[in-house]
Amino acid sequence: MSIHPGTAAERKAPGSHTPANPAKARRRSPTRVNPALYLFPLPAVAVVAFFLVMPTLQAFQYAITDWNGFSAAFNYVGLDNFIRAFTKDSLFTNALTNNLKFVLLVVIAQTLFSLILALLLTRNSRGSILLRALFFFPTILSSVSVAFIWKFIYDPNFGLANSVLRTVGVDGGAYLGNDAQALYWVAVTQVWFHSGQMMVVYIAGLQAIPRELYEAAEMDGANKWQQFKSITWPFVAPATSIVVAYTTVQSFKAFDLILGIAGNPPKSSLDILSTRIYSTFANSEFGYAAAQSIIFMAMIALVTWLQRRLLRLTPKGD
Amino acid sequence: MLASLSRRAILAIYAVIIIVPLTVVAFGSFKTTQELFAGPFSLPHSLSTDNFTEVVGGQNLGSSFMNSVIVTGISVPLTLFLASLAGYAVSRLKGFMSWAIFGFLVLGMAIPAQANMVPLYVLFGRLGLLDNLGGLILANVVSTLPIAVFILGGFMRTLPKELYEASSIDGSGPWKTYSSIALPLSAPSIAAAAIFLFVIHWNELLYPLLFIQTPGNRTLPLALLSFQGEFQTNYPLLFAGVILASLPVVVAYVFLQRYFVAGITAGASKG
Repeated sequence: MSIHPGTAAERKAPGSHTPANPAKARRRSPTRVNPALYLFPLPAVAVVAFFLVMPTLQAFQYAITDWNGFSAAFNYVGLDNFIRAFTKDSLFTNALTNNLKFVLLVVIAQTLFSLILALLLTRNSRGSILLRALFFFPTILSSVSVAFIWKFIYDPNFGLANSVLRTVGVDGGAYLGNDAQALYWVAVTQVWFHSGQMMVVYIAGLQAIPRELYEAAEMDGANKWQQFKSITWPFVAPATSIVVAYTTVQSFKAFDLILGIAGNPPKSSLDILSTRIYSTFANSEFGYAAAQSIIFMAMIALVTWLQRRLLRLTPKGD
Repeated sequence: MLASLSRRAILAIYAVIIIVPLTVVAFGSFKTTQELFAGPFSLPHSLSTDNFTEVVGGQNLGSSFMNSVIVTGISVPLTLFLASLAGYAVSRLKGFMSWAIFGFLVLGMAIPAQANMVPLYVLFGRLGLLDNLGGLILANVVSTLPIAVFILGGFMRTLPKELYEASSIDGSGPWKTYSSIALPLSAPSIAAAAIFLFVIHWNELLYPLLFIQTPGNRTLPLALLSFQGEFQTNYPLLFAGVILASLPVVVAYVFLQRYFVAGITAGASKG
């Protein structure tokens, strides 16, 4: 290995130059990496390859079988599982519809709401900082805890929402008990849960806007809305793509919240893809569950890609 | 004037929507069911800790708490260690290899846990990792390694190369440079990642639900979820469970609030 004297570390240091011949050393440095450095990422690479990448690839294999998870024998059934999901399984298409509806609702509501909160709390006053900490707080709780808190709020008989409404003489609703509305109420919970987190992402974006732009706009006689449209919005466009992308993935995976608030398994009006996959798996239909999980992954990828395309149309701050 | 009034009104209403449920839960955990239903907002008559004794003793929440402490206590540092090793290598290697290793590790962020849960369950079965805290730790580490590498590797790349070079010239090998230069200088991003991982691992539900069968091996979120079936409307008991399950994160949040925001936002804006 050793071609000329000097420690290994010295030779492979990127851009390092030996006083004797700097140019030569610099030219060589990219190939002169201490081989020991390749040992560093090895545990992470091995663990990810074996327990993340390999199982994911295997899911594709399981997806074309009718394996039940226990018997040694199983058949390759081609795309049957995928065809079954979309054409013969109303439980699955119901979960898919619910999930897309839920994602759409949460993404729109949470993006708007977290932006509004951020706009109201950009200033670094003491009150703002305190409120930011308060609004962020729900994010750190477990989904099951949040689910229990809201299960109580929505309880039609003893719940918080209806006791408040009763004091002002209004009849409350059934909330989660009303199948037509249940998903909307869970969307409200999800927004309560994570808006504070997205608000902070927006605040970081807003605070990067130079104050002078607003001063200049004010001197030109621009009103608040014009200022928002031509200064604030272009500057927060990058933050918006982060918020939208993250909220999408987060609401696709609202598994914990749904199980906590609706029970396991959830009723059909609250069933989403992840809970459906879990039920199929618990029902020992391993092959079919794997096929559903691939559809799930493809859905997330597709929606994220669509958003990227759509959001590119908005003006960028940079 | 009007604008500032409506600004205050919106903020006040939302503050109430956050504070009131949390207060009701805190009060409710000391109440009986009747007392809670009679007046959710009233102060509890007595600070009776019956609900807490019941959830800790009767419902195995005590052992679940310990399991959660063990699983999180090992998962977080282990993830950070593996991610920082990888992140360090990526920041020092050059060209294709650096790009390939980083890309391979970070690609995992695109894989949702539900996508590979069936094969992972089968694999864990073969390796004897089902119903086992070690299995949970492994699943936690694997699922969060990609984003941890992303955060730590991204930060380490911004460290000035001259420091590494100086260390090399002093005769330090890669391990020495990693432990005495890269790690200490990365402290801010390690702290942010640690809190991010703490919240995720402490609250993790899917893996325990998949892998754990014996009640004695449950972690807190799973034990809490099992309340849902057993004590449908015994809200005071559910609330005591919520309080116990949230306590460590809440205490940490009160003291390290700034870091929580930095950590979870690092996860959000880079995830």
